Parts: sequence; C-alpha cells; structure tokens
Amino acid sequence: MSTLNHNRRNFIKNSSALALGCALPISLVELAFADSEKNFSFAYISDAHIQHIKGTRFVRNWDKGLIRAVAETNLLAPKPDFVMFGGDLAQLGSQPELEHGAEIMSALNQDVRYVMGEHDYYLDLGAYWEKLFGPQYYSFDHKGAHFIVLNSIRTYDEWTHRWPSNEQRMLEMAGLDNPNGSPFMVGEEQRKWLQSDLAKVAKRTPVVVFSHSPLQKIYKGWNFWTEDAEQIHALLQPFDKVNVIYGHVHQIQYNQIGNISFHSVMATAWPWPYPSSYAQAEQYLPKLTVPMNRADPFFERDATGWQLINMANGNVDMNFTLYNNSARSVRFNKANKQPEDSRYQEENTRIPGQQHY
Amino acid sequence: MRNLLLLSVGLTTLLACSQSSDNNPEQPAVVASQIVTVNKQAHVNPLLGLPSVPIPADNPQTPEKISLGETLFHDQRFSIDGTVSCANCHGKKLAFTDGLPVSMGHKRLTGTRNAPTVVNAAFYKTQFLDGREPDLEGQSKQPFINPIEHGLSDHQAILDIVRTDFSYSAAFLSIFGVSDQELTIDHVAKAIASFERSLISGNSAFDRYYFAADNQALSAAQIRGLQLFIGQGRCVSCHTIEQDHALFTDSRFYNIGIGINDIQADIPRLIKAFLEAKNQGGNVDAMVLSDKKTSELGRFAVTEQLLDIGAFKTPTLRNIVVTAPYMHDGSFKTLKEVIIHYNNGGVTPADAEANAFLDGGIRPLKLSNEQMDDLVAFMQALTSPEYVIVKGARQ
Repeated sequence: MSTLNHNRRNFIKNSSALALGCALPISLVELAFADSEKNFSFAYISDAHIQHIKGTRFVRNWDKGLIRAVAETNLLAPKPDFVMFGGDLAQLGSQPELEHGAEIMSALNQDVRYVMGEHDYYLDLGAYWEKLFGPQYYSFDHKGAHFIVLNSIRTYDEWTHRWPSNEQRMLEMAGLDNPNGSPFMVGEEQRKWLQSDLAKVAKRTPVVVFSHSPLQKIYKGWNFWTEDAEQIHALLQPFDKVNVIYGHVHQIQYNQIGNISFHSVMATAWPWPYPSSYAQAEQYLPKLTVPMNRADPFFERDATGWQLINMANGNVDMNFTLYNNSARSVRFNKANKQPEDSRYQEENTRIPGQQHY
Repeated sequence: MRNLLLLSVGLTTLLACSQSSDNNPEQPAVVASQIVTVNKQAHVNPLLGLPSVPIPADNPQTPEKISLGETLFHDQRFSIDGTVSCANCHGKKLAFTDGLPVSMGHKRLTGTRNAPTVVNAAFYKTQFLDGREPDLEGQSKQPFINPIEHGLSDHQAILDIVRTDFSYSAAFLSIFGVSDQELTIDHVAKAIASFERSLISGNSAFDRYYFAADNQALSAAQIRGLQLFIGQGRCVSCHTIEQDHALFTDSRFYNIGIGINDIQADIPRLIKAFLEAKNQGGNVDAMVLSDKKTSELGRFAVTEQLLDIGAFKTPTLRNIVVTAPYMHDGSFKTLKEVIIHYNNGGVTPADAEANAFLDGGIRPLKLSNEQMDDLVAFMQALTSPEYVIVKGARQ
C-alpha cells in the first residue's frame, strides 16, 4: 500500500516541499545524486483495457481502475514531469473505447504520451489511435535523457492481412494461447527508423525505450514476446545506460541483459498470473524477477496499480503503487549493475508467491 | 434499580470472561452446551451469536472496575463547562448513541461524525470511525480533550477531580492500588474501557434463528433479507457472519462514497493542507472533528495511505434500527436510504458521479424495491432484547 507522507522527519527538515507519494522518500533520493537537474520523475499508467458494452455503457471495473490511477497520479507532490500511458487503453480497439479512455485520461494535470498496445491496434491498425494521440513511434528528449516510443506489437504482414474482417483480426490477437495467434515484433520499418534516431544520440546519453511488449522472449503463448528482440538489443548495445519499460504483462517483471535494464509496469485493469504458475509450454521468466505478493481476491483492485518512475542519473527506479497490496520498489543496484527489488530480492525475504492458478 | 442494573452488567461481563477463559478450541461444543445450560435456567443467553470478548491482559474485568467505569462514563464534571459526559452522546436508551446526525459537545458545538454505539465496540480491532486509536483505553481519553467535545485543554482537570473526590480516590485505590498522585488518566481510561467492554449484547432474533435453530425467530421477509444479505446484496463481505458467531463488522476501512463524493474536486488541496498541518504537529483528533471537509478524508488522516482516502470503519449492524441516523456523518435517516445508496453503487442520488477512490467492492447491486425492503426487515432482527424500543412504553 502506498502512503503520501513516508518521510515526515525529512519533511520537517525540508519543509518547503511536501513529501512525495508512494513508498519513495524522494528528497533522500535527490540528496544522493550530485546532478539534481538530471534527476526527475514521471508517472506511468498502463493496460486500462477500457471495454465498450453498448451505447454509453462501459465495463465499470476497468473504468474504475483507470479513474483511480489518474486521481492518485494527480495527488503527487512534487508533480512528476510527465505521464506515460503504456498501451492497451482499449479492449477491442474501437472508437468509443479509445475516446472513453482518452476522456478519463484527460483529467490528468500533466502532459501524457502514449504507447500503442495490441488491443488499441488490431481493429484499424492504429488509424483512430493516431488521430487521438499522434504517431505510433517517436522519440523525445527530457532533462538529458533520450526517450523512444516503439510500436512493438506489430506482426507479420501475411498474418495481419489474412483475416476476413478487422473485428476477427482484433479478437484473434486478443486471445491467449491462441493457435491462430502471431508473435509481436517491432519490424523492419521501425528498426531502420530506430537506427537513424539513435545515430543522433551520444553514447553517454541515458536512453529509455517504451514498448508495449517486453522486448524480450519470455512466454510466446501469451505474447510476452518480441520476435526481433535480439535485433533491438543490438541497436541499443552501444549506449552506456539503456532502460526498457513495457506493459502488456500485468505483473512485475525486471531483468538485466548486458547494458539494458528491463522493467514491466502494472495494469490498472486486472493482474495476470505468472507464466511459471500456469503455462504448460516452455517459458523464460527473467531470473531477477521477484513475483509480486499474492493478490487477495476479496479486494477487487488488488494486484493492479500504477508506477512512479524516478530517473536518477540515467537509471530507472520503479515505484509500484499497488492497491491493497504491499508497495514495491525496483531500483538499479549500482554495485551489481542490475535492477533489484528493494525489499524482496533475497529468497528468504519474500512473501510466498502464487504457486498455482 | 441501579444495583440491579450493575448486577446484570456484572453477570454479563463475568459470563463474557468465563467464555473467554474457558474457550478451548478443541471442545467448542462443550463450551456452547454449558452456556446453553446456564441460559436455559435464565431463559436467555445474552451472548448468543457472539465470540468471546477480547480482554487485554493488563486490564482484566472486575465488577468493581466496571462499576467505577460506569460512574466515570456518566460524570459531566469532566468537561469545560460541567455539562458533557460520555453518556451525552452514548445514551443507553438508544443503544449508547445519541440519535443525532453528528454529536454535540459543550456549548452545543457540533462535530463532524455520528456517534457510534458503544455496544459490542469491544470487538472492534481499532476504535473511532477512522481507527485512530487501537483500543478502548486509548479511545476513551480523546473526547475529554477534543475542543468541540468535552473541551478540556488537558486531562489535569479530570485528575484533580478523581484525586480529591473521596468516592473516586477510594475506588481507584481499591481497584488499581494507586493513591492520589499515582493515579493517572490511564487508570481513568482503563476503568471506562472496562465498563465499555461490559456492554456486550447478542441474542437477537437473527441469533436465535441462525445459531440456536429457532425457525420461528425470523419472519419470511427477514429470512429473504438474510439470503440477500449474504447473496445478491453482498453485505456480508464486510458486515461479517461467521459459522459460530456474527459481529457484522470486519473492522476494516472502506470508501463507500459517503461524504467524500461531495468534495471530490477539493481532495488534492485538502490532502496537501492536511499533511502540511499534521507534519507541523497538528492533532488528528482535533483536525478531523472540527472541519467537515478534513473529516471526509477518513482513515487517510491516520495512515496517509492512498487506499484510505475517504475510507471509514465498517460498523457493526447489531442494534442498527435503534441507532439512526446512519453513516459516519449521519447523513441518512433510514436504513432504506442506506441500502439505496449501496444499490446505486456508492452514489446518492443514482445519477451522481462516484468518487475516484471508491472501494472496488462497491458496485451497483440491481436489487428491486421489494428486495431492499426485505433487507431492512432483516436488519430489524438484529436488535438485542435489552435495546428493543417498545412503542408507547415509557423510557
């Protein structure tokens, strides 16, 4: 659970600033880094899955999850520099879903940038999403860091165009363990763009990549997967500090591959179980990952949530705000050069996770 | 009359104690049958439907201490102008409530919250509607020094009285073994808490139906209401009924869309102002009872957790028909209004906007008007015999 006022003692010392939200004593973090100008935070909301029923009716539970995340984000003080939305704003990509989701998001006090999810994309291949939110892939710079947004949930053209209707295509891609499914990929067009975009960036500049799918190969049946992940890694290899932040998995995952730190974000809609507790097929959950504490089914919002991300000199520190559950922080451990959970990394410190589904 | 009352309170409490100490988890049936035997003789088991009363190890129940606590509970001298006792807001004839939307202190000052019943309060895991005190001992000290309740600036005025009033000082010496200067407000609090812990009542019509197999105890409408209570109405998710007892509370905190719905746009400002004031040493008890909007932050004022914004403790439903009006702010006059609010999914009126922090469990219930009436009928079956108000009877 998250508190807005963790650091009262510190507050009294620095009474000019209201203590910041979540489990993050932000003032302490700020003190720890020499170059405070490059230390900033942004909020990350993802996987709302706004679902249209008919007319003006939408699935209430998913609405409430997103509304709550927006309202809580608006309570942060000091305010985060910007807000990211990590994809799957809609459930079946329809205009009413995207519009309703955008309306809920419009209550945010900050600028929002969007990532494309497969639930946003496969009805009209992102056409209406682009009208609302802009290009499907792009980059921007903020306080000395370079941010890249990829559409990582595209797939083979033959699959995309094999279906008799757009609606069926959307439903096929939305299914789990679907033998008619197809693996996600960034694709050649975006890889070329990424190469030219990165060519303009100094190797010492911290790079943050936002994607919807993991940019790793974890479990194909649920598309916890990006088919051309290795090629993306190769393009990112020359940079000192690279962070990848992805949605889609509705659970906490993190990993380190070479110079790249990977972090997932939570959904506001519902949690998925870990593949290891469910999958019959081969799966590769990252070794570093500590599963989140088991959700209590009594609480309808348990194991969903949102994130406050602190960028401290180029490394991502993830602070998970998890309703009804213990707050989690995954921070970059400079000594071990990898992200680690601030409380549960060692096996003997963990609350036993969900072992079956 | 007064002696008789004390005797019955003492008996109830001793029974509670014996149930507590005799409660062998391996032989619950034996304990139950012993109690039933006792009550066959008395034709009544006042504890039917209740678990054993949790008694703190450092404050055991004795009839003398309970009696002292009762006297303290009714002493109006423990207030700034000599008019306010605990019993002002927790009067026996309304099951230890006051019948007001929000309670009234000295100079007719009004607070922000509805007086909860003291009956069965001993079972709560925290005290006050926002749980800001862990136990009755902690709770009982606060209203004395709240600026709009008893209005004292500190507890010294109470100590001055209990140290010099011979009947008090003799009782404290006898019960706690403390003489004048050793006598502190904590002894006063322990005595009051002991009295409050003696106010335990079960044996409602529901208890006789559910736990004593008396099929005649509930009407047809009440039986339908019980089914809705544990089914479509989802009431039991928080107002719990267990296999062998029913407290009708889980002692947890939920935002159910009362009060907070009206201040949604103001929440960010209120939270910022409240945290700043608290960080500068502000007293939570005083802050939440003197400002209506701050009060609506609910349990957040105690924990500062996002989850607790606008959340208040699940109250017991025992004796609920005697303790109107309802909700933490007393904003509903009838139980029907309460059920309509839940049926709407945490909003009143039905087309109002739910607050962003509404608990996930609060959702539209699709109950018909008849079903809601059945639920009201069921709640009328939760009154213990000693708190039944007989129409036309002299109180």
